Amino acid sequence: MSDTATPVASEEHAHEPGLQHHFAEMQQQADTVKIGMWAFLVTEVLLFGGLFVGYGVMHSKFPEAFASAHHHLDRTMGTLNTVVLLVSSWTMVMAVAAARANKTKHLIRYLSVTLGLAGVFLVVKFFEYSHKYHEGLLPGKYFSYTGPQEPFESVFFGFYFLMTGVHGLPVVIGMIVIGWLLRRAVRGEFSANYNTPVDMGGLYWHLVDMIWIYLFPLMYLVS
Amino acid sequence: MADVIAAPDGVNQHHPPGKNYLNAERGLKSWIFTLDHKRIGVMYLWSVLTAFLLGGLFAMLIRLELLTPQRTIMDADTYNQAFTLHGAIMTFLFIIPAIPASLGNFVLPLMLGAKDVAFPKLNLASYWVYVLGAIFAITAMVTGGVDTGWTFYTPYSTTTGGAVSTMTLAAFILGFSSIFTGVNFIATIHKMRAPGMTWFKMPLFVWGAYATAIIQVLATPILGITLLLLMMERLWEIGIFDPRLGGDPILFQHFFWFYSHPAVYIMILPGMAIMSEVIPVFSKKTIFGYRAIAYSSVAIAFISFLVWGHHMFVSGQSEAAAAIFSFLTFFVSIPSAVKVWNWLATMYRGSIELKAPMLYAIMFLLLFAIGGLTGLFLGALATDVHLHDTYFVVAHFHYVMMGSTTIAFIAGLHHWWPKMFGRTYSETLARVGAVLIFIGLNTTFLSQFVLGTRGMPRRYYNYLDQFQPLHAFSTFGSWILGLGLFIVLGYLLASLRKKYDAGDNPWGGRTLEWQTSSPPITHNFPGTPVVERGPYDYTTAQPQPVKIIPDR
Repeated sequence: MSDTATPVASEEHAHEPGLQHHFAEMQQQADTVKIGMWAFLVTEVLLFGGLFVGYGVMHSKFPEAFASAHHHLDRTMGTLNTVVLLVSSWTMVMAVAAARANKTKHLIRYLSVTLGLAGVFLVVKFFEYSHKYHEGLLPGKYFSYTGPQEPFESVFFGFYFLMTGVHGLPVVIGMIVIGWLLRRAVRGEFSANYNTPVDMGGLYWHLVDMIWIYLFPLMYLVS
Repeated sequence: MADVIAAPDGVNQHHPPGKNYLNAERGLKSWIFTLDHKRIGVMYLWSVLTAFLLGGLFAMLIRLELLTPQRTIMDADTYNQAFTLHGAIMTFLFIIPAIPASLGNFVLPLMLGAKDVAFPKLNLASYWVYVLGAIFAITAMVTGGVDTGWTFYTPYSTTTGGAVSTMTLAAFILGFSSIFTGVNFIATIHKMRAPGMTWFKMPLFVWGAYATAIIQVLATPILGITLLLLMMERLWEIGIFDPRLGGDPILFQHFFWFYSHPAVYIMILPGMAIMSEVIPVFSKKTIFGYRAIAYSSVAIAFISFLVWGHHMFVSGQSEAAAAIFSFLTFFVSIPSAVKVWNWLATMYRGSIELKAPMLYAIMFLLLFAIGGLTGLFLGALATDVHLHDTYFVVAHFHYVMMGSTTIAFIAGLHHWWPKMFGRTYSETLARVGAVLIFIGLNTTFLSQFVLGTRGMPRRYYNYLDQFQPLHAFSTFGSWILGLGLFIVLGYLLASLRKKYDAGDNPWGGRTLEWQTSSPPITHNFPGTPVVERGPYDYTTAQPQPVKIIPDR
């Protein structure tokens, strides 16, 4: 750790674009934003951590119900969505690299593809949800499925809708963020010197993907 | 102005006279959209004081009801709502944001020699999210009320009527406000320190704020998800907490205390942080054991995550778990005691000035000793089984939350009031207020220890006749306490009508916030301070001016 956080402000970088008044220089601003972003990502992980613990406890309480209920989930669609998000993570990495390399055209292209893939994810999710809805595979008191089942399968669907729903919200927020980045990229605001927002948007998007990577086996591949 | 107390030599006064963060801009908009951490701190201050007043009002009503063994002024259902609202308001709207978001927001960047916090917009968002949460809390109050206690224990909270969902939503929203402050402080402390300010040249208040921020960031999301699950249980009946639906009510307690025990340290650590500032300044002596105090803050933050099970000794958790939690609980007392002994060693042979902040600091030491030591009775398994859910617990946490954190908040308020508003308050009235508060607090809560050991359960509406003398004693104490607090409010508000008369450094403090004007200018310092001395350097009789490199 360095002895001193703040370098003294000096003439040459006093009016750089994107530098806020309370920072002395770009590097300090970028480092600060990164620390803040990581702290925020930690809160997101913990938020889902609580859900995972709750799921784990209920799973160990009703293993038969969870195993039986998960057969109603569509593994093909789940796998498709996993691939979609993984690819979108890769395009996001490429977008960040493009921003750093000053290649605005590439940046715009990769951000657009990422945005598109996020949309595909939501569309697939929508089909899955509507299928569950028609079968009556809904949480808690709305559970109306009449086929063969174990007791307390409704608990599984409570968690299914809660966890995928709470995951869907960051996907939508991520799309808004990527859209905002796209807009700024089109205006040519990012450069090799100033690309922290792209970097941070990327971190956020990877987190959204990562949570899905944990959700997928938990929900779709129950043994 | 001739009546201004002379600032110590060399304090930088390059700004135009009379211009400061309070009067640099005018109008409501300049406050609503301000990005200045000092203004946000002031808005937070008035908000948390309002919450304190409201929560205090409920406290007075509860005490009045308990004056007689039968109905005194309200029916049983109203009583349940009164103590729930008292607890919920005091916890979520007052004590958690009280020190970090109001005083901390104001002084932390000043102490670091920074121009602002790392993310000024996030800071403003934190405030308005707090207001939004407060609106939901008030909505819950007027649309049916909440009668679960502030802990929202299941299965009662999943079955009772009223506005439980609205209140949990309010607490959920308030959690985000707390997280925003925490994220902001962590980034600020890591990256916004002035040149020369190493980690171990930071004032100890900053260390305390840092430990607090870490707990806020790591624990609050768990509260968020717990409350979300509770809401879903009420709305969808997903079957996680309600045993009727296959859920586990003890799981709720684990979830809840996994946040709410660390949250206890979100409340007390900033209070301790204030102690570490007030005591050296009014003892005119370097703090004793700087590193020990700094590390003990971090140690408390760490251990705080491992002790939640001590709230659940009688919940039916396994005896092995209870024994481990009990053992770990005793560990927390070590870093806490390290702090107390270091403060005492700081005072030892210091030239102590009994000004208002120091009066409250000494009060803190006495009350925290009682609050802390009675915690050991509750941390020990055998005695806790006897004392669990009695007035002993109520007295214990009021000594810590009210007697320690709130007293430290008042100490900090008196310490930085001249800096925040540029005015001095009446020292005589301050003494009267302090004495009344001290007597009132002890009268109210010492009697409750006795009540608890004799078997008076908490949250009861009616009680056996034999408890009446002690209950009445406690109620009389609450009136003295309330009177003392109103006196404090009165002279502080009265001081705002005066001209700026405080001087830049009325107490001779050595930390950076005393090196700028009172009230500070909008950008805190006329340039970038370069730190060469430690924050508690009392080797010279007068504070030495800090070198400031002017902004270009």
